[in-house]
Order: sequence, then C-alpha cells, then structure tokens
Amino acid sequence: MIPEIGHFALLLCLPIALMLATIPLLGAVRGNRLWMNAAPIMAAGQWLFLLISFCCLSSAFLTDDFSVKLVAMHSNSKLPGYFKFSALWGNHEGSLLLWVFILSSWTLAVACFSRQLPDDIRARVLSVLGMISLGFLAFVIFTSNPFERLLLNPVAEGRDLNPLLQDIGLIIHPPMLYIGYVGFAVAFAFAITALMTEKLDAAWARWSRPWTNIAWAFLTVGIALGSWWAYYELGWGGWWFWDPVENASFMPWLAGTALVHSLAATEKRGVFRSWTLLLAILAFSLSLLGTFLVRSGILVSVHAFASDPTRGIFILALLVIVIGSSLLLYALKAPAMRSAVRFNGISRETLLLANNALLTVALATVLLGTLFPLFMKALNAGSYSVGPPYFNSMFIPIMIPVLILMGIAPYIHWKQTRISSVQIRPWVFSLSAAILFSVIGTIYMSSHYDHDFSWAAALTIALSTWITVTTGIHLILKSSHQEGIISGMKRLAPSYWGMCIAHFGIAITALGIGLTSVYSEQRDVRMEVGQSISLGSYRYQLVDIRGIEGANYRSTQATINVYMAEAAGSSDKTIAVLLPEKRLYYATKNVMTEAAIDPRLTRDLYVALGEQLDDGVWAMRIHVKPFVRCIWLGTLFMALGGVIAVADKRYRKALLSSKPKTLESVNSAASATASVDVLALNPTNENN
Amino acid sequence: MMHDRIKLFIPLLIFFLLVAVFFLLQNRMVTGEYDPSELPSALIGKKVPEFSLTTLGDDTVVKTRDDLVGKAALLNVWATWCISCRVEHAYLNQLAERGITVYGLNYKDDRLEANRWLERLGNPYQFNLFDSEGILGLHLGVYGAPETYVLDRKGVIRYRHVGVLNQNIWESKVLPLGLNW
Repeated sequence: MIPEIGHFALLLCLPIALMLATIPLLGAVRGNRLWMNAAPIMAAGQWLFLLISFCCLSSAFLTDDFSVKLVAMHSNSKLPGYFKFSALWGNHEGSLLLWVFILSSWTLAVACFSRQLPDDIRARVLSVLGMISLGFLAFVIFTSNPFERLLLNPVAEGRDLNPLLQDIGLIIHPPMLYIGYVGFAVAFAFAITALMTEKLDAAWARWSRPWTNIAWAFLTVGIALGSWWAYYELGWGGWWFWDPVENASFMPWLAGTALVHSLAATEKRGVFRSWTLLLAILAFSLSLLGTFLVRSGILVSVHAFASDPTRGIFILALLVIVIGSSLLLYALKAPAMRSAVRFNGISRETLLLANNALLTVALATVLLGTLFPLFMKALNAGSYSVGPPYFNSMFIPIMIPVLILMGIAPYIHWKQTRISSVQIRPWVFSLSAAILFSVIGTIYMSSHYDHDFSWAAALTIALSTWITVTTGIHLILKSSHQEGIISGMKRLAPSYWGMCIAHFGIAITALGIGLTSVYSEQRDVRMEVGQSISLGSYRYQLVDIRGIEGANYRSTQATINVYMAEAAGSSDKTIAVLLPEKRLYYATKNVMTEAAIDPRLTRDLYVALGEQLDDGVWAMRIHVKPFVRCIWLGTLFMALGGVIAVADKRYRKALLSSKPKTLESVNSAASATASVDVLALNPTNENN
Repeated sequence: MMHDRIKLFIPLLIFFLLVAVFFLLQNRMVTGEYDPSELPSALIGKKVPEFSLTTLGDDTVVKTRDDLVGKAALLNVWATWCISCRVEHAYLNQLAERGITVYGLNYKDDRLEANRWLERLGNPYQFNLFDSEGILGLHLGVYGAPETYVLDRKGVIRYRHVGVLNQNIWESKVLPLGLNW
C-alpha cells in the first residue's frame, strides 16, 4: 500500500509542476498578481508531494519490501539500515527521484527566500524551475517508475546493493553532487528570467550570487567526496582518473567557478553581462549533459549503472528542449544585454576576464577529451580512449596562470588602475617567500622521500606559497585599522573573507595534488606472515591473516604493523596498525578490496590486500602518499569560502529593506553604474 | 552589428552538433551497432599473461598458457552466478559443435556448482581454468562475466568482447579477424 501512496504522490506532482510552469509565467506576462503569487504555494505543494513520495520509497527500502522491483534489485535484508536507505539512490530510478526531490527543494527555497524580489521576477524564476521539474518528473514517471511492483513473481530476498556503493562516502556523495548540479538550475532560472524581461542589473547579479555560491560549494564537496571514495574504496590509491563521469561533474564545476567570478564583475561594474548569462546557462546545461552521459549508458565508466537506450532518447529530447531553447533565447535576446560600461588597461575586470577565459579554455579541453571518443565512434572512425596523459598535459598548463593571477587580481582595483599606483612590495615579498619555501620544501621532500630534485614539486610549492602569502598580506593590509588589525578584521565583509578562504583552499589543494603526484611511492609485494618490507622511511610487517564475518559478507583481514625504518634497528615503536581486507559479498558474489589507510596531514600509509599466492603468502600493494589529504582539505576550505560569502550583509540588506514595487522602478543601467562609481572611488570599502 | 549577432548563435550551433552525435550514437546503440561495453583491451596484440591454474574438472591437473597455443580459440570468461552467461552458453555449445576451439575461464566461482552447470547445460569447453580468486581475470583486466577473448594460434589476444557472445558478434567482429578456425 505504501508504495502505491508514493506512486500516487509522484503522479500528483506532474499537474502541479505543469501549473507552476505556466500560471505564474502567464501572470507575469499579463500582470495578474494573483497568478504570480500562486507560485510559492505550488512550489510548496510540489515539494510536499515529492517528500511523501521520497519517504514512501525510503520506507520500502528500510522495511525490505521486495515486492517493489527496485528494492528487490538493489537491496538485501542483510544490509545495514543506513545502506538500505542509501540503496535508494544507488540505482537509476531512485537517483532520479532524488534529483527531482532536490530540484523541488531548491524551488521551495527560492520561493521562501526571495520575498525581496519583485513579484513578476519571482514568478518567472519559479516558473522556469517548474518547467525543468516538469520535464524530469515526466522522465521519472514515464520511463523510470521507482515504485514498480513485482506482483507476479515475488522474491524472498533482494539482489543486494553493488558492494562498491556500500560505503559511507557513497551515502553522501550523490546527494551532495545533485544538490550542486541542481542548484545551478536556480542561477539558470535567473538567467532565463533576465533574458525574458531583457533586464539585467546589479540587483539581478546580487540575487543570483548567493544561489550560485551555495550550489558551487555543494558541487565542490560532492566532487571531493567522489574523489575521496575512489581513493580508498577502489583500492588503486588514485584519487582522480579523468573518468568520463568524473569529468561530467567537473565541467559544471569549472563553468560554475567562472560564473562565480563573472557574477562578481557583473554586480560591481555591470560588465560581462551577456557572458555571465551564457555561463549561467552553460553551468546548468553541463549538469544536464552529465546526467545524460551517465544515465543513457552512452559511456562506459566505473560509474555506469545498467541503462536503457529508450531512456537515453527521452533524456536527449529533454536536453534539446531545455538547453536548445535557452541557447536560442540567449542568441536572440543577448544583444539587449550589452554592457554599457567600458573598462580598459589594467583593472580587475581585465584580470577576471583572463580568469574566465582560462577557465573556459580548461572547460573546453575537458569537454573535448571526454567527448572525442564518442565523436570518433559516431563517425565510425574507430575506438579511442583519451586518458590522463592528454588531460594532465592540457589542463595543468592552463591552471598555472590561473593560480598566478589569483595572487595579483585582489590588489588591482576595479575600473582602471594606474601602474604607478600599484603597490609592488606585497608581490616582491610574496615572490621571495615563494622561491624560498619552494627551494627549502623541495629539497626537504626530495631528501625525505629519496627522490631527485623535482621542478614540478618546486613549482607547486612556489604557487601555493604565492597564493597564500599574497592573500594573507592583502587580508592584513585591508584590515589595518586604527584600533588594530583584529578589530579591522572584524569589519571585513563576509564576501571578502569568503574569497580569501576559498583561494587559500585552492592553494592547499594545489599543494596536495602536486606533492602527491611527485612523491608518491608504490610497490606490489609478496608477503608471508612474519615478513617485513621497507618502503621509503617505513617498515611494514605482516603479523597475521585471518577470516572474519561481516553482516552480509565474509572477509579475509591482514594485520600489518608499521614501524619507522631507522637504520640502527631501533624500530620497535609501532606507528600504525593497518587492517586491509578482501571481502566476498554473499548476495552478489562480488569480491571487494577494502584498503587500510593510516591518514596524516603530511602523508597517508595505504595498504591494499591482493590475491592469495600460496598458503599464508599474499600479494599486497603498499603506497606512501605524501600530502594527499590536502587535496580534500583544500576543497573543504573552498566550499566554506563559498558559503561564508553568502552571509554578506548586502544580500540580506535587500531582504530587510522594503520590497521594491516592480523591476520597472529600478532604472537598471544608470543606477548600477552610479553605485559602482561611488564604490570605485572608495576602494577599501568596496566589499562592505 | 549583424556579424556580432551571428556570433551569439555559436553556442547553439555547437550544442546541436553535440546532439546530432548523441542521437547517432543512441540510434546505433538501439540497433546494436554501437556497444559502449566494447572495451579496447590493453592486451590486444599481446600474449595471454602467464598463469598456472588447475582445471575445473580435476584439481590435480595444472594448465599454463602454453596449453592455449596451437589453434585459434576463444577464451570465454564465465561463472554460475552470471545470469547472462546462461544466455550465452547455448551459442557456445553451437560453436563447439561446429568444431571451434573454446577454452573456459571459470571466474570467481564454486567448483561443485560449476561442474553441475556443465553437466546440465552441456560442455562446449576443451577445458576450463578454475580461477576462484580471479587472479588470471585480474591480469587479463576482466571487467565482468561474460567476456570473451579471441586468441590466434600463437596465443596472442586479437579481440576482446565484453558481454554476451552471439551470432551477430561472431559474424561482425570475430570472423573478420581472418583467423583459421
């Protein structure tokens, strides 16, 4: 009965979404206030019914209702409860339900937190979100019903969740990623609204920015979780594979990063308006493209679930309607969005333009590498696979200038900076620090890991130091205040703090990526119980191998003690005990490697158990991964920065002040330019 | 000015180009011409990795890669837990009747159940390598069962097919290799 209620609730969402997609929009066109104001109620209704639907499906999973096909296919009574819950989105139908549920939650959030918007704008934004929702609801209901029953051939036991997905990282990775993906729908809806009304001003950018930031922050965390999961669960010790599905999540991130920066320029200076709109459309389009690539089964990847070509056609049609019509609208309406403001020479606008150009080139590179094999297939030109060598050699050189610019742009003012007025002392100091740290750091690392002097490591350390020191000095200069630096810091705007923290996060991630890539050590060894093996400055001893029983698997577990490999034999202090496992899952007969990791900020010790070679003799893979933690730590800072920036007063100010009557009352270009000019005269306050 | 307006259509054009490619591929997927599971193997053109495994029928008989040399053959990866393998099995029986050499790699399976399966469904294999731990599977880069490797008479891998082998694949992919069956 409960699955039927869930199904019914899901079906009810379809007419609600249809109404949401049309009525408020018509109201906005015809000036009917009642129709416009119906939007939040419909958004709430849609969310409520999807919540019911989602809860019903969760309950089917949690109570092992194997008469529901989805549960029978992807769950098992022996699964721990939290995995039963996460099994809901470990498959096509359930993950799509999660997708639309998250979309409806964003829609509801926009309805709740956009009271300061003019009625017609809010109505249009919500209608656009309703249209997207309508498309995806139709997709779920007509091609991927998650509530389908197995009434004729009931089964007593489920087929179990793919063991790769039985993991804490995978419980939260898809929801985070989806919150990010779908969150770009809000920026997209704002962009479409701007194109429809042909109005785009500083206020518009101010409304879009918090939503974009939050979506971007979630996407950042989602991608990082996926990378972290691949690192410890796949057992290869790698953290990024340039796999098509990884790329599918990385491309919206690159577009989103560019969007965050171009929105800043659009808000402050009224420039890049048409470009910002295109990026907002692109970020969401790439999210949809990612969904298509994964869901249609057109690509092979570790992430590909069983797929169905008819679904592929449906989602392709959806793609054509959503992306095609928005790009058409853009092509027709963008000329009305031309920026009236000019900028020239050395200005922050120029540098942000460079940032955007570089990020776009990086995006194009990744897109090309991901789709190239598909193009060749379509042209019958043979099978190609594009791997890490292409991506690394293209992507890294593009990112280096981005990192360098990051230390320069904050010092340059908006509009125009005369070269003579630029303080070069912070840069001289930062550059000296970068060279110093780079030389010392590289020499230390190289001797510690017994490696030749590495230019790649030196460059990495130099760039990370450069970003950290330039950002730090800027922060200190900006907070210098007559009552002291601390009180000055308290006066800084959250959006400024957000920028500093996110840039600092980039420095940490870059450091992690560079040092791990250069200094990681790896060995495949054959080990007997009692035997010791030295790798780098550590000695590993296999102490024991035994069988253990888990809830839904049986496992072989090795016990490995790790000591410091001191030359003088004084290595009696155990620094870590590692317990790598090899699991056989009963239901699916899948064998999974559970790597054991001793994590530290400066290095991970990583052991994966291989095959049994002989009685008591096992193949093992041992890694030492210096600074690999920094990769994910940095992303947390980036996400934190994105969220902190949202707390900025100017986003709330609009909320508190009385509601502007309609957009018509705001003379867009003129007021935006005027306020920007005041800000530009007063550069130290520009973020307050 | 007109020139500027045309530039704005570039994103739309690129997008439609992409859609055309996707549509083409989707269509070919439906007709079976394009199969994303057709993975190029890193081992194509190389010999089967060395191994030393017992046979499924007799755990005292040990086979090595030299036992696969001499005739063009199929090395078929299968298991009793693999439902698609059951579908494929009938076609393998047909191939064996036509005199094609088929070796089996029984992958991460149970010896007793696997032998029972062969008694019940027929045995198309010259012999079966029993790889309960998936060691040879790991070296071959097996993606999942069923999977079939086409070997020439020197034991060099010429083609790899992921998924069920059928008449269509046999004719369109395996025969064009021009091996002497």
